[in-house]
Amino acid sequence: MCSVMYGSPRVLLQVLWAQLLCGWVLGSELTFELPDNAKQCFYEDIIIGTKCTLEFQVVTGGHYDVDCRLEDPDGTTLYKEMKKQYDSFTFTAAKNGTYKFCFSNEFSTFTHKTVYFDFQVGDDPPLFPNENRVTALTQMESACVSIHEALKSVIDYQTHFRLREAQGRSRAEDLNTRVAFWSIGEAIILLVVSISQVVLLRSFFSDKKTTTTRVGS
Amino acid sequence: MAAVRMRSCVLSVLLLNVFYSFVSSLYFHIGETEKKCFIEEIPDETMIIGNYRTQLYDKQREEYLPATQGLGMFVEVKDPDDKVILSRQYGSEGRFTFTSHTPGEHQICLHSNSSKFSLFAGGMLRVHLDIQVGEHANNYAEIAAKDKLTELQLRVRQLVEQVDQIQKEQNYQRYREERFRQTSESTNQRVLWWSIVQTLILVAIGIWQMRHLKSFFEAKKLV
Repeated sequence: MCSVMYGSPRVLLQVLWAQLLCGWVLGSELTFELPDNAKQCFYEDIIIGTKCTLEFQVVTGGHYDVDCRLEDPDGTTLYKEMKKQYDSFTFTAAKNGTYKFCFSNEFSTFTHKTVYFDFQVGDDPPLFPNENRVTALTQMESACVSIHEALKSVIDYQTHFRLREAQGRSRAEDLNTRVAFWSIGEAIILLVVSISQVVLLRSFFSDKKTTTTRVGS
Repeated sequence: MAAVRMRSCVLSVLLLNVFYSFVSSLYFHIGETEKKCFIEEIPDETMIIGNYRTQLYDKQREEYLPATQGLGMFVEVKDPDDKVILSRQYGSEGRFTFTSHTPGEHQICLHSNSSKFSLFAGGMLRVHLDIQVGEHANNYAEIAAKDKLTELQLRVRQLVEQVDQIQKEQNYQRYREERFRQTSESTNQRVLWWSIVQTLILVAIGIWQMRHLKSFFEAKKLV
């Protein structure tokens, strides 16, 4: 995290306290590839009372589903779903410690999947921590805050749309290559089968002729 | 007296700050020769900042401690055309930045540069990773200090950056949708042409078979 050097130590102290009180944030958003029969786990240390959200979506691969499991520091399962394509889970941390969430593709034998997840812990940090935090926001500032929240949800929707579009596009590209290969394959099979039919028929009649001549003589 | 108390207070808060910065980060385990890749689908001219921190399992103390000096991570970034745009080795703690020049899927791969297999002592390397994309990569405190903005100006600046990011994403969306449409139209054309070609092949083969067999039987004086 950046550390801002202010002039007076009093301001620095207030900045640090403000950051501490607001709770350490981290919004981690990652897309990774999960090979077949593999399991990938992520861990995060969370303070008690923080509101967290885990959201995941499978982008490409197979039937676009994955197993997900979220455990608290004592190992209790808070969330467990098998073969889910997309889900969102919100919880408030009841204990201090390391929370663990895992994605598993162990049920799949040969398809590897691309999984996107977004793990939000706490709220966003204040934009400009300053001394006047105690006073209420002016009308302009609260308008800015509401626009900021609206734009954040727009960006969130855009991300989900992008992922769905990537899914659709990967299916369409799969279909395209499959159509090409199968058409060529079918044409070749057609030619091979018809030529071998004729050759086989010819061979039936050729054999009968030699046997009849041998019997005759 | 007050100054000393203030200083110790600031110091303790600073230490707490540092402690939290070490602790609150998403992490995962990586094996010695394992390569972990992350995909970022981004529009062009978008900046990405990645921060990582590694910890190695110390068997004696049975906990994860910051990795030794020699152990570093190799970071490789590939653009959508599979061209390498960043390929560097960093220390046990590093920060990498790049800006995309083509829209699409960029791949960020990390693997440790350890050549001595005994270094991991059979354990795993713990990697704390944080990747910030686009508007999130901006350091607003720095911008405020540099351009001397008031709080309201900074908020508006943040809104402008967010809207910029939305606009870039929409442009990229239009480009992707065009690709999708091209793929669908190509599939449509392929299905149409191959059906016609296959029907023609079938009819032609049928006619050839009958004519060939007829001439064959006539030659054999069976017809």
